[in-house]
Amino acid sequence: MFETTALNTRSRRIEGLVRILFLMMAVMLILPVLIILGMLIARGGPVLSWAFLTTPPTNGMTAGGILFPLVGTVWLVTVALIASVPVGVAAAIYLSEYAPDNWLTRVINLAIINLAGVPSIVHALFGVGAFVLFFRFGTSILAASLTLAVMTLPVVIVATRESLRSVPRAFREACWNMGATRWQTIRKVVLPNAISGILTGVILEVSRTAGETAPIMFTGAAFFLPFLPQGVLDQTMAMSMHLFVISTAVPGVPEELPYGVALVLISMVLVMNALSVGFRMYLRGKKKW
Amino acid sequence: MPTRTTGETSGSSGVALDIDRRDLAWYVDKAVAGLVFVAGISAIIFIIGIFVFITREGIGFLTSAFDFKEFFGSPAWRPTSERKATYGALALIAGTASVTGLAMIVSVPFSLGAAIFIGEFATGKTREALKILVELLAAIPSVVWGFIGLSIMNPLIIETFDVPIGLNILNSGIILGLMAAPIMTTIAEDALKAVPDSYREAAEALGATRWQVTRRVVIPAAKNGLVAAVLLGVGRGFGETMAVLMASGHSVNMPTSVFDSVRALTATIAAELGETAMGSDHYRALFTLGILLFVVTFVINLTADLVVRGIRKR
Amino acid sequence: MVADAKVKVAVRDLTIRYGEDVALSDVSFDIHEHEIFGIIGPAGSGKTSFLRALNRMDEFTTGMAVDGRIVLDGHDVSEWRNLYSLRRRIGVVFPLPVGLPLSVYENVALAPRLAGVRKKSELDEVVERCLRRAALWDEVKDRLDSLGSLLSGGQQQRLTIARALSQDPDLLLLDEFSIAVDPVTTMRIEDVLKELREEVTIVLVTNLVQQARRLADRTAFFLTGELVEVAETEELFTGTVRDQRTRDYVEGRFG
Repeated sequence: MFETTALNTRSRRIEGLVRILFLMMAVMLILPVLIILGMLIARGGPVLSWAFLTTPPTNGMTAGGILFPLVGTVWLVTVALIASVPVGVAAAIYLSEYAPDNWLTRVINLAIINLAGVPSIVHALFGVGAFVLFFRFGTSILAASLTLAVMTLPVVIVATRESLRSVPRAFREACWNMGATRWQTIRKVVLPNAISGILTGVILEVSRTAGETAPIMFTGAAFFLPFLPQGVLDQTMAMSMHLFVISTAVPGVPEELPYGVALVLISMVLVMNALSVGFRMYLRGKKKW
Repeated sequence: MPTRTTGETSGSSGVALDIDRRDLAWYVDKAVAGLVFVAGISAIIFIIGIFVFITREGIGFLTSAFDFKEFFGSPAWRPTSERKATYGALALIAGTASVTGLAMIVSVPFSLGAAIFIGEFATGKTREALKILVELLAAIPSVVWGFIGLSIMNPLIIETFDVPIGLNILNSGIILGLMAAPIMTTIAEDALKAVPDSYREAAEALGATRWQVTRRVVIPAAKNGLVAAVLLGVGRGFGETMAVLMASGHSVNMPTSVFDSVRALTATIAAELGETAMGSDHYRALFTLGILLFVVTFVINLTADLVVRGIRKR
Repeated sequence: MVADAKVKVAVRDLTIRYGEDVALSDVSFDIHEHEIFGIIGPAGSGKTSFLRALNRMDEFTTGMAVDGRIVLDGHDVSEWRNLYSLRRRIGVVFPLPVGLPLSVYENVALAPRLAGVRKKSELDEVVERCLRRAALWDEVKDRLDSLGSLLSGGQQQRLTIARALSQDPDLLLLDEFSIAVDPVTTMRIEDVLKELREEVTIVLVTNLVQQARRLADRTAFFLTGELVEVAETEELFTGTVRDQRTRDYVEGRFG
């Protein structure tokens, strides 16, 4: 062993260098984001005020606040959740509790991966073809939200499935042995212990849904509307669409305004994400078995 | 004898009743099983639905104005030309390919490096913190990325490289690279994590350093997962719409350098669909681009899945 | 034990496979009403597989195939269209204790609730009776609201027994229940089982030869999926006519 000391020193030095190299790579991914966040806060921060959040855009969107897009995004996200959460949770229950290990299950899993991987603009085309035209919902909150729901379905399915699978099988067997049906077992023992994980997934989905632009551009999000939507068959403004519009298509917008919109949008998304992360860490600390 | 909760006495007569007794719980159980099965296959239904509905709108183009040689061979995307509309998608394909290509060059080394650091070197709090930051990176909406390209990267590039316009392949490639990084990092780290610790311990027992273990043992064992990670990153970049639309300059162009503005397949649909008449050739041609995008991402995802399955088999 | 005792479970030509592997091969024997029937044998001899087949858990276990007949109270268990009502008649206690992540009270009240009992007073009565039976009541009566899954191992095992009793089963299956329990608790549970014999039929799978000898009226010896022999327990341990392998096992030469 003693003869190899020189070699050991060398490989130890390489070890140190490699470590730093990889650390730098990780930092290089994260640093730009921190810089960008800093710039958004620096330039968008001054725009923010209570009035900014509570007044609608005015003067051809070159002044005023973001009330209508903000409310519109809440509409879109809410309707999308109502559509996707029940289907997603049920699908995850099937995959975790019922699905045998066969070709159909493999196809379902492949379909979920694909649903998550299909470009958002293709989801938009699907939304136009299916919800706007075929089902005759027109360009409306309903059509846009359903498009978003289909697109974000994999988020709910995957989060719920993992959370259901983390409940030990022994609990299920104990229940079955007592004569509980599969559904009674799921309802009494599995779901109550997975609910927090499911919630984490739903929060993540909210964050995804709120930020999407392409899927709603042609299905329900309006360029500009001077009023709030009254129902799901109305069009609506949306935060993401509003940022796109005022930063590319509207002349005479003050330079700081889109920064403010971007800051609010990214705050919404990041707060949701942070909630989801925090919730997950809290759960990890709380042992139930 | 305690009271029987079922209200029956033990013995054969009770058994005979029980065998066929289907109470409410039994029916509810069957109903739920059916219901969750339908939800379970919904993902398949939606994938087929997507294909059917975009084909339904696009098929008219494929059977009439579509010319295979022009579509894949000509860079002339002039759907609104007064004299003769042409639908050459080559420049759009080149635009998508160049932006995605640059994004991968920028992003793959950093993503895999970050994954190796998080998976093999970092411990405890550092690891948690990095994972959370990568997750936050993934959460930034694409329209915000586009806005960053437009308002922060654009002047930066003009100034740094002294070029007339900063909305180009370089801009959108960097943005797209950052956007595709989280998925690659996450999947790659999962692949590293899937390598059993016993492999590492065996190599470490021989006196190998972390890096030697990683290079000689962990990376070869996780190879398929790493390939899948890159493939999914390609798929992510390929399908990105808003950021590319806003940061690439959006001009139909066969690119010759990274400072050229280009136009991507996805961005073309996003920019033009609103201005076309429903049922027109142009409208249908955009859906045909959608079919192309769908098929390519489907193949990418399928390949990634097969590659990952390859590891499990071994 | 009377020779013409009523047959509770009749097993005929039972073979259990997991894919290619045979867990139990061509086994036939009877279990009488109101007896403690011991099953002994080393690990992997098919004891647990038999319990799973009896309870029709093959339904929920991929790759598990059951051939032959298990007749409970004169009816083949495969005839049951409502598996759940079959399982409600059979209480099971596992080798590793499973306290469900519900309150202690709900752990025991679950089975009666599933059977349709709604009245609080009735549930209270069942919970207390079953916990007392399982020698757990005194330890948990002041914290019925705490999570069953956070009790100690020994307590969880008794909770599992209380839960099995709460089903009011007429067949109780115990699968190596003493693995996770300290000796004192084991003795207490054994006493409970002796009392319970008056009410239910008990199948006791154990890897502790002496436990079978202490408790079982009759005992079967399984070895690598084969039924070597089944006899009155005392006969099995002291008799002269018996299989050499049984003698080796009960005397501790392998296992």
